[in-house]
Amino acid sequence: MKQKKKTLLIIIAAMLTTVLTLAGCQAGTTGEKIGTVNVLGVWGGEELANFQAMVAPWEQQTGGAMGFSGTRDLIAILTTRIQAGNPPDVAILPNPGQMIELAGDKKLVALNTFLDMNKVKQEYAQGWIDLGTVDSKLYGIFMKADSKGTVWYNPKVFQENGWTVPATWDEMISLSDTIVSSGKMAPWSVAIESGEASGWPATDWIGEILLHEFGGKVYDDWVSHSIPWTDSRIKASWEKFGQIVLTQGYVPGGAIAALATNFVDGSYLPFEDPPKAAMYYLGAFTQGFIADQFPELKAGEDYSFFPFPAIDPAYAGGVTGGANVVVIFKDNVTTRSFVEYLASPAAQQIWVTRGGFTAVNKNVSLDAYPNPLARKAAEQLTSATIFRFDADDNMPSAVQKAFWEGALAYLQNPSQLDSILANIEATAKNAYK
Amino acid sequence: MVKAFPGVFSRTRRQDINRRVRVLPWLWLLPALFFIILFLVYPTIETLRLSFMNQDSSAYIGAENYQYIFASSATRTALLNNALWLVLFTVLATGLGLIFAVLTGKVRYESLAKAAIFIPMAISFVAAAVIWRFMYAFRPEGFTQTGLVNAIGTGIGLEPVAWLVEHTLPYIDVLLSGPLHINNFAIVAVGVWMWTGFAMVVLSAGLKGISTEVLEAAHVDGANEWQIFWRIILPILSPTIAVVVTTLVIQALKNFDMVWVMTAGNYGTDVVATLMFKEMFNFRNFGWASALAVVLLVAILPVVLINIRRFRAQEETR
Repeated sequence: MKQKKKTLLIIIAAMLTTVLTLAGCQAGTTGEKIGTVNVLGVWGGEELANFQAMVAPWEQQTGGAMGFSGTRDLIAILTTRIQAGNPPDVAILPNPGQMIELAGDKKLVALNTFLDMNKVKQEYAQGWIDLGTVDSKLYGIFMKADSKGTVWYNPKVFQENGWTVPATWDEMISLSDTIVSSGKMAPWSVAIESGEASGWPATDWIGEILLHEFGGKVYDDWVSHSIPWTDSRIKASWEKFGQIVLTQGYVPGGAIAALATNFVDGSYLPFEDPPKAAMYYLGAFTQGFIADQFPELKAGEDYSFFPFPAIDPAYAGGVTGGANVVVIFKDNVTTRSFVEYLASPAAQQIWVTRGGFTAVNKNVSLDAYPNPLARKAAEQLTSATIFRFDADDNMPSAVQKAFWEGALAYLQNPSQLDSILANIEATAKNAYK
Repeated sequence: MVKAFPGVFSRTRRQDINRRVRVLPWLWLLPALFFIILFLVYPTIETLRLSFMNQDSSAYIGAENYQYIFASSATRTALLNNALWLVLFTVLATGLGLIFAVLTGKVRYESLAKAAIFIPMAISFVAAAVIWRFMYAFRPEGFTQTGLVNAIGTGIGLEPVAWLVEHTLPYIDVLLSGPLHINNFAIVAVGVWMWTGFAMVVLSAGLKGISTEVLEAAHVDGANEWQIFWRIILPILSPTIAVVVTTLVIQALKNFDMVWVMTAGNYGTDVVATLMFKEMFNFRNFGWASALAVVLLVAILPVVLINIRRFRAQEETR
């Protein structure tokens, strides 16, 4: 009896050890042959299908395979896995700020150790290479870029009412007043609810305004926290955003509706019948929301965008944007081959053709874009006089979150702007080191 | 214990038996102890240790984390909200549970009524929160309301309310002379909706345990229903109520899922647990996250201790 019990215990102990060891080993793939690459990203549904189509030729050519874990909670999952010593092979981060933090923590593999840097310099604009570089080492390749300088509207409604697309901020405000007085609809839809990330569409507004009013230098100083959040120029940009949301009659339902409405739902208002709002500012990806909700509408005719208007003429043609960045946690032949492939124009063109993807690689032809709007967005990105990465994405995550929450607080309590900015400044002082 | 294994012990000497008696219980406890140490004791000690270390746990910084979290306005909001949960959620869920337990005990369709009230308990927190996000959905005045609550509200002529966003209701504000976070009440209401069933079932079982002789005796002595409830049922039920209350208090303090899914702690609805999650996973600040975890643990500890003491006292009286 005693013997039996002992044996049982030993077996249990042995089983536990095996399970734990296996769990620990699973992550490490070494050897010369190209095997399976584990990728962590935020994509699901159609985006994932497109990405899989993009990867399929690599799988066929190399005999490798890709296992993709998609999660909206990427940062939480990634943090947990890194802490547990089990990071994915490759991650596609929606956020270069995260890449900079991880590179600083020495968690990432430098890509310039194996990528042909001459080729990279040929195919990628220096701006994009700089964005992926930390301490003069390239840690990230950008792909799937998005312009965020797009104001969506219904060209037919504009035509019917004799409204013209504004080229400057002042024109945009006077157009807004015209629309209010027409009584047909509100000029703006603003919607900044996004679950945990609520507030980010508002911070896009503020970043876009700041870039157009004060230019790239001030924008960079703001993002790198060389100027404090309490700076009068930053405050002025918040107040310009407030002018849109808080002006009586500009947004149906006012600030509360902006806070409570999901950013996807908000994009529908200008295209409903009858339209409830005339304009909606949000990145180029908004096209996907509109196309899904109103499949009968034609891109470029029933819905289109105009570039965010100039505020100071000196900075006209500026555009902010976003892009996904590919980073590697484990250095082996599989991850090397995989990232080399993703960086190539051939790979990126596959998704471009399928729609919803603006390539960062310069060698992807504009003709590959499936519709005039996608081409227009790609053109806007490549021809931008000033391109700046989405501001909040480039800030430390604590500051980014404080910025989002600050934007929510501002719309709830506009009179508290000074203390809200001071609050973000306090967080920033702690986070930038 | 010895008697239980006559075959094992009959052939061994007395000292041997003694040793076995001392060792065997521990041997049986071993698997449980192993898991408790691995998953409970070790993480608790580790969290305590991390709470005295800096952001990336590379150096000890004393009580700085605690100083920071108690100075921050975000923590203050979270603690206040937890207090609101503690009082409102516990009182409402227990109170309603008791009322339902008493009332359903008096009707013929008892099991049906109980099932209807208990069903929310069977739904996962996340699913319930998602359901109520839809229920509370808000669209501006003049739009078709997609949320049931606002659809009913506008149907009887009220203005639509952004239940999960709206900070304040003007007329109540004046009453309390301070801002009142209506969204917190909206989320607490969902918590009550879910947990009333639990309170009802446990209390109902307690009610059924009260012997009819006692109640009949009271009747014979001329007590009315009201007196019987307050003077007899409630005192007899008090240990059961204590169990329900402590469970709910712990639930209120640990509350995370409902807030996270419905507002993610935005619009002033943060509780300590959501704040901890954000510090940990969004900002990767292990120091502050651990300090918050310790605060939460310290807040829950007395409740657990009271529970254990009560349990012991009950065991002794048996």
